[in-house]
Amino acid sequence: MTIHVATRATTGIALAAGLAFAATADETANLIVNEEIEMVTHTAAPAHVENLDEIVSGWVFRSAETQSLQMDDFDNPGMIFVDQGMDQWNEVAGTAGNSCATCHEDVAVTMAGVRSVYPKWNEEAGEVRTLAMQINDCRENQMGAEPYKYTGGEMANMEALISVQSRGMPVDVAIDGPVQATWEAGKELYYTRTGQLELSCANCHEDNYGNMIRADHLSQGQINGFPVYRLKNAKLNTAHARFKGCVRDTRAETYKPGSDEFVALELYVASRGNGLSVEAPSVRN
Amino acid sequence: MRLIPTALAVAALATGAAFANPVKPAEIQFDDYGAIATSLTGVAGDAANGRDVMITRSKGNCVACHAVTALADIPFHGEVGPTLDGAADRWGEADLRGLVANAKMTFEGTIMPAFYKGSGYIRPGDGYTGDAAVGELPPILTAQEIEDVVAYLLTLKE
Ligand code: HEC
Ligand code: HEC
Ligand code: HEC
Repeated sequence: MTIHVATRATTGIALAAGLAFAATADETANLIVNEEIEMVTHTAAPAHVENLDEIVSGWVFRSAETQSLQMDDFDNPGMIFVDQGMDQWNEVAGTAGNSCATCHEDVAVTMAGVRSVYPKWNEEAGEVRTLAMQINDCRENQMGAEPYKYTGGEMANMEALISVQSRGMPVDVAIDGPVQATWEAGKELYYTRTGQLELSCANCHEDNYGNMIRADHLSQGQINGFPVYRLKNAKLNTAHARFKGCVRDTRAETYKPGSDEFVALELYVASRGNGLSVEAPSVRN
Repeated sequence: MRLIPTALAVAALATGAAFANPVKPAEIQFDDYGAIATSLTGVAGDAANGRDVMITRSKGNCVACHAVTALADIPFHGEVGPTLDGAADRWGEADLRGLVANAKMTFEGTIMPAFYKGSGYIRPGDGYTGDAAVGELPPILTAQEIEDVVAYLLTLKE
């Protein structure tokens, strides 16, 4: 992977962003799901996120109507896909005659706390694994089944089912030890200004969160809510699909979902949310 | 919506051919403050067309980042950059030409894209397709579109 040094815009905009943010976002809005799960939507930035004091969930930047859809599972359109994920969990597939449940039994027990630490290092394989990579590893090597398409509906359903078991737990991905080099590569990508518009993730999601860019209210681009149900396309969306869309919008050649680059970027972006709650499946516009 | 209709592109080429040699991005002379003293085409800018360029997503899309009171009929102005109201009171024609062509020559490292720059991109794409750019990438705006936008900006007085 070619890494280029990014020039960062450190102008008055960052300051302006902070002011606009205070004016537009409701700092007091609390996200409590089903009157039960209290989500951390604002918290102190982890030390490794040098340029932010506070990290904020994408939920905060959405309209009151969109926000409310995530506050009750009966209103959350993403929950249908969790049900579909449950059907997939119990479905026998592949040459070994297994379902996920054959080995992992009750998803609520075996998958609690899993999502909050992904992407993470897999010692045997000697690689950083996203949740999607792990799901497909089990499909191929434990079941003899076809892998799911990386950003496809079945993958999003399964990610949602597994993630919802960690709902309300703090994101807590490791950034040191064997994952450090990948994390550094992800950080480099985050600050690289790509495409004909020469914009980096940081230009929009760090320097300008809280500001409007045309009709969009910019968030910090956190992934604690993924997979995300978007009203715009009425389906669950994976993190890599979102990354791809954002890179494309800089008039750049995107990376491929599941590529080394996007895996590294996912690790880095996830780590910027350490301390926010796992919200999946969240609702956005 | 994001693709430049072929008819438009062809029209741009056709009109381009009528001009005596628009200055190419690599040939531009910026002064120490990032201004460009002379017209890129020698043809006076058309402010009405400049206005179109500024509000069209696949062209300048300036309102994505800047609020402009005179464009209040166009919905959704951004707040990433300062308002352009009174731009002509703050800047002269040469400054504005430099700012629109490549604002990075005036504001180092600015988030504002360079609209008349031909190379030096990281992973340049084929418009908004997400695919790699094929061959030489034309600047985002043509030389005449830069002049047209400058002509429109010169109307923004307070
Ligand atoms: C034949 C048994 C088997 C089947 C079937 C199976 N897995 Fe696994 N799975 C494993 C083993 C073994 C591990 C590794 C356990 C470990 O080292 O923590 C694992 C690990 C995982 C993990 C990572 C857990 C963690 O704590 O990091 C996830 C997520 C997972 N499997 C999901 C699935 C899904 C989804 C399916 C169905 C599509 C599935 N598995 C099917 C055996 C299986
Ligand atoms: C031109 C500005 C821009 C750039 C550059 C950009 N994004 Fe975005 N991104 C947006 C907008 C607009 C949205 C939708 C509103 C929001 O949540 O910010 C968005 C949304 C997101 C979301 C969804 C957040 C949520 O809570 O659902 C993620 C994740 C994201 N971006 C990641 C990235 C990453 C990673 C990069 C760099 C590869 C990037 N973005 C580059 C504009 C941008
Ligand atoms: C991605 C956001 C973005 C886009 C798109 C953008 N600008 Fe800017 N522009 C900025 C920022 C930010 C500044 C402030 C310079 C700085 O400090 O970085 C700026 C500064 C300017 C200035 C000088 C500010 C002043 O005092 O008036 C002018 C003029 C200007 N832009 C015109 C334009 C025009 C014309 C377009 C469209 C062809 C455009 N901009 C597109 C972000 C943008």
